[in-house]
Amino acid sequence: MRLAIVDSELCVGCQSCMFACARRHGQGGLAASCIGVKSAGGMRNGFTVVVCRACFDPPCARACPEDALVVRGEQGGVTLLPDRCLGCGCCVPACPYGAVFWDDTLNKPQICDGCGYCPSFCPHGVLAAERRPKKARPPAAAAEVDHAP
Amino acid sequence: MLPDDPLCRILRVDLSRRTFSVERRPELFDELLGGTGVGVRLLAEGCPAGVDPLAPEAVVVLAVGPLTSHLPLMSKAVALFKSPLTGNLGESHCGGRTAVALRLAGLGAVVITGRSERPLYLAIHGDEVGFRDASALWGARGTGTVGRVIREREPGAGLRSIMRIGRAGERGVRYASVTSETYRHFGRLGLGAVLGSKGLKAITISGKRALPLADFSAYRKLYKETYDMAVETSMMKKYHDLGTAGNVASLDRLSALPAKNLTVRRLDGVAQITGEAFAEGYLGRRLACAHCPVGCVHIAALRQPYAQEAYFYKTSLISYDYELIYALGAMLGVTDPEGALRLMDEVEVLGLDAMSAGVVLAWATEAQQRGLVGTAETDGLALAWGDWQVYLAALDRIVEQPTPFFEALALGVDQAAAQYGGSEFALAFGGNEMPGYHTGPAAHVGFLVGARHSHLCNAGYSLDQKALSEGRTLEPAGLATKLIQEESWRQVLSSLVSCFFARGIYTPELVSRGLACVGCAGDPAKLEQIGEAIYREKYRYKLREGFTFEGLRLPARIFETPSGAGPIDPELVRQTIACVAAFHQEPRAGNG
Repeated sequence: MRLAIVDSELCVGCQSCMFACARRHGQGGLAASCIGVKSAGGMRNGFTVVVCRACFDPPCARACPEDALVVRGEQGGVTLLPDRCLGCGCCVPACPYGAVFWDDTLNKPQICDGCGYCPSFCPHGVLAAERRPKKARPPAAAAEVDHAP
Repeated sequence: MLPDDPLCRILRVDLSRRTFSVERRPELFDELLGGTGVGVRLLAEGCPAGVDPLAPEAVVVLAVGPLTSHLPLMSKAVALFKSPLTGNLGESHCGGRTAVALRLAGLGAVVITGRSERPLYLAIHGDEVGFRDASALWGARGTGTVGRVIREREPGAGLRSIMRIGRAGERGVRYASVTSETYRHFGRLGLGAVLGSKGLKAITISGKRALPLADFSAYRKLYKETYDMAVETSMMKKYHDLGTAGNVASLDRLSALPAKNLTVRRLDGVAQITGEAFAEGYLGRRLACAHCPVGCVHIAALRQPYAQEAYFYKTSLISYDYELIYALGAMLGVTDPEGALRLMDEVEVLGLDAMSAGVVLAWATEAQQRGLVGTAETDGLALAWGDWQVYLAALDRIVEQPTPFFEALALGVDQAAAQYGGSEFALAFGGNEMPGYHTGPAAHVGFLVGARHSHLCNAGYSLDQKALSEGRTLEPAGLATKLIQEESWRQVLSSLVSCFFARGIYTPELVSRGLACVGCAGDPAKLEQIGEAIYREKYRYKLREGFTFEGLRLPARIFETPSGAGPIDPELVRQTIACVAAFHQEPRAGNG
C-alpha cells in the first residue's frame, strides 16, 4: 500500500495528517511524522503535500551506505533496519520529493510504511491509501535506457 | 505536568543586549495551565508598574498551553503586553502556525524585553536563537514582502511561524497588528506598535520535537472523539462553510449590524457584502490553522485589471471575516464588495488592526460631516460613506501621519475625539474600538467590563440574542454573574490554548480528560477555580495600571441608535458595571 495525493488543491494546510502519522508511531508532537505539509511559497498559493511515493527502485535505498533501507516487495517503498542505520543522513537529499524525514531525537530517518492511517484524518480527502495492482512494478534495470555515448 | 514536558521552558530574550536564556518554571504552568494564565503572571512580573507601553522596559509575552499540538483546535498563541492603545492590559490571540511552532520548538513561553538599536528579527529554531539584521526590511511597503524574505532565508518550511509587523507598527500606530502566516493576526490592542518600539520587525519560530504523554491509549481515544466532533458533526459547520462572514446577514436581519458609525443598524445594499455574496463571487481558497481540521480562514480572489495596459491583471488573495466586513464595509458604508476587499488588503499590507482602523475612519467621517474637522485637517480628503477610494487614501495617511489630525487618528478614536470633539459618537470601550455587535446591553457591558474590552472576553452578544429569543429582560445582577462566569471559563480555554470556536467541544469534562492525558491535574471544579483566579489576576494587573470602573466612558451613540434588542437602558448598563466592579473589589482569601 502507498499514499496517493488525490488533489493537493483540496488541502487547507491543517496538518492533521502529520499529527496522525506521529500518533501512529506512538508519539505526541511531530518528530515521528513522515508527512510534510508546507505552503507553496506562502499560504496564498496553497500547499505542497510531501509523502513517500513508495518507489520500486528507491533512490534513498541506493544512497544508503549501510543497506539499512531495504526495498519492499511489489507494493514498493522501503523498510528501515534501525540497527544498521548509522544516522549519516545520505538518504535525505537522495529523495527528490523530500519525503525522507528526519527524527532529530533518534538521529535516524522516519520512513513511511504505507500503513494507511493518515487518510482517515484528512478532512477533505486529499490523501488516500492505494493498493497497487499486481505487475505495476516496471521491468527492472535491464530495461533502463542507457544514455551513455 | 510530566517532568520531561518542555512546556515549562521559558525563553527570555533581551533585545538591548542581544542575549537570551531559558528558565524552567514548572510550578507556574501547574498553577495557571499556560497561555493567558502564565502570560499575565509573566507580564506582571516583568513589566514595571506604570511603564510606558512603548518603552524598552515593557515586556511582551508569547505563550502556549499544555494541550497545544496535542488536540485539534488547541492552536492559538496568546500575547500579553501593555497596550499602547488603552495604556493597560493588552492581550491578543493569534491562529496560524505560531502556537504549534512554539510548542514544538520546546517552549511554553517567550518573554521579550529591551530595544534593539538597529532593526532586527528573531529566528528561533528549536534551541537556537538568532538575532538577524532587519535594517533593510524596515520600511518595506508590505507585510507580505517581509514574510517572503524570511521564508526564503530561514529553515523550517511547514513547521514554522513568521510573525511580522508592517509600516503601521514601525510608525507607532497604537492599533498596529502583527501578521502571522500572511492571514492570521495578533490583531487587537497594538502589539505591532510595541514590537515596532523595540526595533523588532519579525519573529520566526520553528520546531519538530516529540512531546510526552502520560496515557497514550486514552489520548488516542480522546483525540478521535474531538476530531470527529470537529469534522463529522454540525458543531463547526458555520465556521467552515461561510465562515464568520455568515454573521453579516444574520446581524443585519436582527437590526444589530453597526453601520455608518452606528448611525444605523441595518445597511442598505448589505446583500452585496454578506458571507454568501463573498463566497459566491470571490471565495478562492480556504485555509486552516496548524492542527485544526475546520479550515475557517476564507480567502477571496480579487482580479483587477491594470489601467495602463490591456490584458494585464493583478490577482490578490485577501482574507475576509465578519469583523473585517463589519469594520471596513458596514461601518464605512462600503457595499461595493471589491472596494471592501481593497480596504481589507490595504489594512493587511500596512499591518493595521482592521476593527480599530474602520471605527476610527467611521468616526472621522462623521466628524468631517459635522464640521469638527475640514479638509485642512484631513490633508484634502473628503471622507464620505461608501467612498472606498478615499478610505484607501486615509488608511495610508493614518500610517504616514501627514497632518496633526492623522497623528491623532493613529492614537485611536478616544484620543482623536479628546482632541477634536465628538466623543459622544467615538465608539470605543475601555479605549478599544468597538467590535461589530449592537445586539443589546449585554454586548456593550461585555465590551466595557471584559478584561481586554473585546467581544471575545465574554460573548455578551450571545446573551442578548438568547434573552431576545426567549423573550426575557436582562437584569443587572444576573447579567453581571453570567458575564463573569463566561469570562472566567474563557480564561481556562485561553490558557490551554483553545480556539474559542471550539468552546462547544471543550467542555470542562473534556478538558479535564485532555489534561489527564498529558499528566496535568484538573478536574472540572478545579478548572473553574483556576479560571476565576486568572480572571481576577488580570483585573489586579488592570487596577495596578490605573484602570477604574468609574472611568469607563459610555459612548452616547449606543443609546441613541436602538440595538437589536431595542433601545438600551443606560441605567441597566451602569448597574451591571457596578455589579462587576463589586466582584473585583470584594476581598477574597488567597487572591490579595
